[in-house]
Order: sequence, then C-alpha cells, then structure tokens
Amino acid sequence: MNNGEIIIEGPNVAHGAEAATDHHGHEHHEQHFVWKYIFSQDHKIISRQFMVTGIIWAIIGALFSVFFRLQLGFPDSTFPILEKFLGEWAKGGKLSPEFYYALVTMHGTILVFFVLTAGLSGTFANLLIPFQVGARDMASPFMNMLSYWFFFAASILMFASLFVETGPASGGWTTYPPLSALKEASLGSGVGMDLWLLGMALFVVSSLLGGLNYITTILNMRTKGMTMTRMPLTCWALLFTAVLGVLSFPVLFSGVVLLIFDRNLGTSFYLSEIFIGGKALPHIGGSAILYQHLFWFLGHPEVYIIMLPGMGMASEVLSTHSRKPIFGYFAMIISLVGITLLAFVVWAHHMFVTGMSPFLGSIFVLLTLLIAVPSAVKVFNWITTIWRGNLRFNPPMLFALGFVSLFISGGLTGIYLGNSAIDIHLHDTYFVVAHFHIVMGVSAFFGMFAGTYHWFPKMFGRFMNNTLGYIHFFITFVGAYLIFWPMHYEGIAGMPRRYYDYSAWESFKHFQGVNSFISIMATIVFFAQLLFVVNFFTSIWRGRKVTVKNPWGSPTLEWTTPINPGHGNWEGEIPEVYRWPYDYKDDGHGNDFIPQTTPLRPGEESH
Amino acid sequence: MSAFITFALVVLVFIVIYQIGKASEYSGVIRGEEKVKAQTNRVLAVLLLLLFPLGCWGIWECNAMFEGRLLPVAACRTGVNYDSMFMWTTRVCGVVFFLTQGILFWFCFKYQSTDKRTSFFFAHNNKLELLWTTIPAIAMAGLVAIGLKNWYDVTSPAPPDATVVEVMGKQFNWMVRYPGKDNELGKRDFRKINDANNVMGLDWSDPHNMDDIIVQNGELHVVVNKPVKLLINSRDVIHDVGLPHFRMKMDAVPGITTTLWFIPTITTDSMKQITKNPDFVYEIACDQLCGKGHYSMRGTVIVQTQAEYDKWMAGQQTYYASNNPSTAPATDSTKAPKADSLKKEVTMK
Repeated sequence: MNNGEIIIEGPNVAHGAEAATDHHGHEHHEQHFVWKYIFSQDHKIISRQFMVTGIIWAIIGALFSVFFRLQLGFPDSTFPILEKFLGEWAKGGKLSPEFYYALVTMHGTILVFFVLTAGLSGTFANLLIPFQVGARDMASPFMNMLSYWFFFAASILMFASLFVETGPASGGWTTYPPLSALKEASLGSGVGMDLWLLGMALFVVSSLLGGLNYITTILNMRTKGMTMTRMPLTCWALLFTAVLGVLSFPVLFSGVVLLIFDRNLGTSFYLSEIFIGGKALPHIGGSAILYQHLFWFLGHPEVYIIMLPGMGMASEVLSTHSRKPIFGYFAMIISLVGITLLAFVVWAHHMFVTGMSPFLGSIFVLLTLLIAVPSAVKVFNWITTIWRGNLRFNPPMLFALGFVSLFISGGLTGIYLGNSAIDIHLHDTYFVVAHFHIVMGVSAFFGMFAGTYHWFPKMFGRFMNNTLGYIHFFITFVGAYLIFWPMHYEGIAGMPRRYYDYSAWESFKHFQGVNSFISIMATIVFFAQLLFVVNFFTSIWRGRKVTVKNPWGSPTLEWTTPINPGHGNWEGEIPEVYRWPYDYKDDGHGNDFIPQTTPLRPGEESH
Repeated sequence: MSAFITFALVVLVFIVIYQIGKASEYSGVIRGEEKVKAQTNRVLAVLLLLLFPLGCWGIWECNAMFEGRLLPVAACRTGVNYDSMFMWTTRVCGVVFFLTQGILFWFCFKYQSTDKRTSFFFAHNNKLELLWTTIPAIAMAGLVAIGLKNWYDVTSPAPPDATVVEVMGKQFNWMVRYPGKDNELGKRDFRKINDANNVMGLDWSDPHNMDDIIVQNGELHVVVNKPVKLLINSRDVIHDVGLPHFRMKMDAVPGITTTLWFIPTITTDSMKQITKNPDFVYEIACDQLCGKGHYSMRGTVIVQTQAEYDKWMAGQQTYYASNNPSTAPATDSTKAPKADSLKKEVTMK
C-alpha cells in the first residue's frame, strides 16, 4: 500500500474535517512496521523518534562529562575502567590531553545541538503543535520525516567521528579557526573535524526542514476558532524557536561551509599570517574573527532556541498544576517577541575580548542587558501564576518550579557577563561555565523534563512512575546547584575553562578539593539521570495506564484526543475552539477548568 | 573484578530504587489514591520549602569555604574599579536572587493544594506588568552606566609614555619582545619565522630590530606604577592573554594585533607579603582553547621597581646577538649600548 499518499492527503487544512472522516473508513488497515515506526510521517511517531534519539545522545554526552570530570577531579589518579571504554585514548586509565579536549568538545556539541535543539524542539514541536493548534498533522509530513532523517544522518556522522584514528573534533563546541582549520594545530582538527562540519551542515538542513514546518503549521493549520491569541504559550514559544532557527542556522551553515573551504580547498576566509608545523602558510588577508561573528550569529540565538521551548512548557505546566491561568498571557507573548528580536542583535557579547571596537562593544552591552527586562517579566509572571494557586506537586510541576529557580539563578549571572567591563575578567573562566550550564543546560533540561513527565501520558497512553520522578527531581535539582554554584567562585578567581590540569598553576591549584567535590556530584547526578531513562523506557510498556482522556484537567486541545490517538489525531471532526487556553475557573459542573472547546456561556466575556 | 563489583552494585541500587518506585505506585492504589496523593503533596510542599533555607545555608558554607582563597586585591587601578563594580552588581543581583527564590519556595508551601483551597482566578494586571518592566529596566540602566564607564576606561588609548611590549602566543608558550635601547619595536613578517633563530619573524633589514630583546620563557617584566601597553599577537592559532590579578584579558589573534594597557600598582614582592604566600606570582593564563597544551600555556608577570627592572634588562642580550654570536660585537660592546638604554629610560622618567 502507499502509505505516503494517505498521510499527505490526510491532514488537509481547508476541508480537513470532512477529508479525515472520509478516509477514516479505509485507513484502519495495519501499516507495515517500517512505515509505521521507522519511515513514519506521523508527527507523533516522529516526535518519539526525536525523543529516543535525543535520550541516547544525552546519555553519551553526559557520560563524556563524567569522563572528563574524573580527570579534573582526580588528576593524579588512574581509572582503569576508562581504558575499557576509550582504549588508547586513556592508556593506563588516564585520559590523554587530546582526548580530554575531544570529550569536552563533543559534550558541548552533543548537548547543545543534538539534545537541547533537535531532541527538545524536535520532540515537543512535533508532538504539541498539531495537537494544540488542532491540526491532523504537520503542514508537510514528508518534510517532517526528512527533518528527522537528516538529523539521524548528522548523528551518524557525528557518532562515526568518535571512532576515527585521530579522534573527534577537539577545538571546543565553538570550533574557532585557525585551531579547527589547520590539521597541524591539533589531532582533532583532522578527519574528526571534517565529520563534525559535515554533521553540522546536515544538522542545519534538518533544523530548517523542521522549523519551516513548525511555522507553517502554526500559521496556517489552526482549527476553527483557534486564533493566534487563543494558542497555548507552548505553541507561541515553539513558533519563536522555529523563527530563530530558520533565520540564524543558515548563517552557521555559511560559517561551516567557509571553514570546510579553508580546510580543504586552500581558501583564506579565516586564515592569515600563520606559522605552524615548522612552516609559514600561504594564507593572508583572512580574519579568524569573521568566523566568530558567523558562529555567534547563530550561537546566541541558539541559546534561546534551547530556552524558549522550556519557557513555553514551564508556563503551561505551572498553570495546569496550579489550577490557575498563566498570569499575563499577553505580557508572556510580548516578552517572547522581545527576547526573539533581541536574540539577533547581541551575538558579539561573546566576543568582548577579541579586540573589538569599544564603541561597538558598548552597543552590545546595552542590547544584551535589555534582555534582562523581558526575562524578568517572565519570571515575575511565573511567580504570580503560582500565587494563590492550588498547587499539585507531581513530577512535571516540580520540574517546572525547578526550571524557574534555575532560570533566575542562571539569568542573574548573565547580567554580569553581558556587561563588557565585568566580562573582561570573567570571560572564558568557570564563571561562564557555571552561568550557561545553569541557565541553558540544567534549566532547559528541567523544562524538557517537565514537558516529558507532563505529556508522557499523551505520547504513550501511560504515566511515568511518580516516586522515581520525585527522586530524580531532588537529586538533580540539589545536585545541579552543588555542581555549578562553586564554579562561580572558581571563575571569580580567574580559573580558566577548558584546562586539563591545574596543578602547575599557583593561582588555581588550591581549588583541587572543590574540583573533586564537583566531579563526585556530577557522577551522582549522572546516575540520577539514568533513573529517568529507566523510568521512561519501562513506563512505555509497564507504566500505569491512563484511563481518562484528560488526566491533568487541562483545557488545551491535545487532551480532547483519544487516549491513544491514531492517524489524524481526532476521530471525527477536529473540535472547534471558543476560548483562551487558560480558563481555570468553575465551569458550573464541579470542574475547576473549562476546556477550550466549550462555547462561551451567555454573558461570559472571552479573555 | 572490582570494576565488575561496582557495576553490579550500581545495577542493584537501580533495581532497588525502581522497585521502591513501583511498590509505592501499587501501595498507593491499595491505600486509596486520593489519600496518598494528598499526603504526598503535603510532604513535597514541606520539602520544597526546606530547599530555600538549605540553599541559603549551602551558599553560606560555600562563601566560608572560598573566603580568602579567591584573588588578592587587584594589582592595578582599573582592577580595583572592577572589583567595586563587581560588588555592586552582586548586591543588586543578590537582592533579586534571595527575594525571588524565597518567594518562589514560600509560595510552593503556602499555596499547596488542599481540599478547601480553590485557586484565585487572576489572569492579568497591567499595573503589575508595568511595575516589573520598569524596575528591572531602571536597574539595568544603572548597571549599564557603571559598566560603560569602566569599559571605556579600560579600553581607552594607552598614555603616550607607556612602555610598549609585544606579547606573542604560540602553541604552547608566550614570547615577549622588548624594544631595546631605541625604544622601538622593529618590523616583523611571519614568513621570516624560523624556530631555530628567528622565533618571531623579525625583519633584519629593519635596524630597529637589532636591539630588540625576546624573552621566550613567557616572563613579562613591568615597572610598578608605570603604564605598560601590550601589543598582542599570535603566530598560529588564537590564544588569549589572561591576567586575572589585573582583571584583564585580551585575545591573541593571528594576523591581527590587539592591545591592552594597565598600570601595575603592586610589585610581585609586595604581593607576596599581602598574600602571605612566598611562592606568589602573577600568572598569564591562556584563556582561549589553543590545542592539547592549552592548559600548560603559562606566562608570568614580574612587577618590579624601576631599579630592579633596569638591572634585569641590563642582563639581557639582544635577540640578534644571541643568535649571531659570530657577527655580533664582543660581549663588552653589547653591554655598552645596554647602559645607554638604561640612561635613556631614566631620563625618560
């Protein structure tokens, strides 16, 4: 049978309802496993594919951090188990410096791009957009499938680079040339770097295919009555995430392509006046700083690509489990717009110490600190949302609350780093490591966990185990602060990041005890994440079954679908929407919320 | 064997935790889900409330642990301003931090779900939004103002009487070039670099180069209370001159010369007394990942008095002389121009 044909005509917009009911009769025959679960065009399956791939990458990326934390925490010890994992790279149980840097690089690349971009947006944009705006599927299910498979291809290249003889890329996740451009500069700048660049190029393609789809679906495929201002904040956040990605990833692509040219075709975009490996290179006139501009033009929006979905999901989860509307719905949307616009014009705050013009620097200071305003609005709105609520502390709610706490902590340190005068000393120290790990690492993960625990029932028709969720939350939350809080102090003391060993440094060697403590905590937190993974996979088959359509009592559309929604999401017509998504008030029948599909009562004003 | 036991233990712990999780789910069903849910909710509300004082205690302990182990007093004027600005930012952020976190966890406890409670329908309030848009905006404006004042101070052009020294990074050490008696750094060309006898690529056709001194062990000698301007460069990949004790930092980029200047105010010897650490040394840390030896790319700054500096300088041989012993004048005559340069420095002062 031709699976593609059915799906492409299935989720039609204009006459979606009729078309879907029409073909429902002949759509029930079983699809082949390959078409149903592998080359699927169903947004729910693609979402699960992104999720599972993301989890696998997250385990690899986190494991790498445990490996290099062992070196940082215990530079004088050997860990024979490392040799089992890494072979020659950890001869005698001690990481080689080259591979230490390779691990640091891959940890960053994997978590930033493969987990917190593809894994996060890919999972939740695919899952939630059609459900929450009331569409049968994405605008182009085929492109959506391609988006996953380009991501998969990028994953294969990146994974393969771990096994090449000279090791994977090792110039940091930012891969600044000339280090990344010259094979003589580092082992990791060999084949591993080429694979990294090709992997990233494919990744950009995947991200664009996905992003265009998300935007189109949100703008064009909303069900009847679902005006933009009746959309849940998750959709708003995912919309802006996609806009950011579509507009900024191509710039990274150009940066990556130019770097490929410099590496392999003898061009000099980034190279000038270099003497390396015993000889002077012919390149003249390029600028290594140009790459940084291109990279950070994506790199900065990227941190919002990572943050916004978490913000959207936290808003949704906080509201649902406080049994209270999100406070300041419009202010939340306006602050998202503000963050999105500002995200494009602050990239050079990563480059304050490259010797940039002081005047230019001051403009970027101003724009960067402006972001604190919409961010503060969001935080205050979240806090007001739980004020006088009726809080149910289930795992999604705990993680959403943790998200707010971490976002405050990490956001505040951003005020230090965005101010160029303070950044000079803190630049590339552990203060930066602490800042971005809390705000876009752990905090974004908390948003993702909140979303996972909250929508797991929708994804698999079962609940995750609550007790394991609570253990997972407390270890992760406390552990994250224990890992990253002390790093701020090390950064204030000027301790540089990306060092393999500090014992030769008079200024930093006395932090060895702190480093060991951090490493132990990181290992514990890593194992707590495995608990989540175990919980996730066992709950798919063994979790408590969902028995009602709307287990959380949430007004949004995804909870009007069957417990295990099939193709097209709704049996029969797509419901019509009459009200905003946060009507947590007495419906007159003993419920404390009114679904979006309930028409306004006579005399009732819409939000 | 021990690895296997560790592995088995980890797996065992996982199974135990998992079983606890599962068992609590079943027991919940048996004991009545609603009752258990309400009970769990109360326990979690208390735990969340406890997180705040626990966190404060942790912060207190952490402060105590790092007390006296952070950097000593900044060794230049801009560095002192830096520390003051840092403290002000910390005060502002600290207030916001404790307020918001405190309220967050207090609300968790205060508004936990109970049978009696119904949530208060409170969807928006423009006055509140306006309030917490303007207050952060004003606070940010203040911080930007202080920040830009310091930023323009640090990045302002160096005073004309500053000693100019060139610092060049390479994988994986720092080289420092002093202008010698003519007080002028000669021309360089990266194509003339040769690891054997021309590490920085000095152009010997430029007479200014003949008296230049290159120190290859990364020692940057500077005179206390005298401005010094660094011309920063790299020979291969991007490095970064990090001077934590001066709160300064600047990238070293191949093909581009960057600069930074400062007036050191505390000599290395005084700092040894201040820190009560006889091994104290101002360190130059490479702050931009530059390859496998990045972590060992260490230089030092020796802040000394004019007399000590002059004495040290007098003991240095020009790079030309040290690489061309045959063509160079005999030792005696090399010392003669040194004395000259000495005089010149003194008169300049």
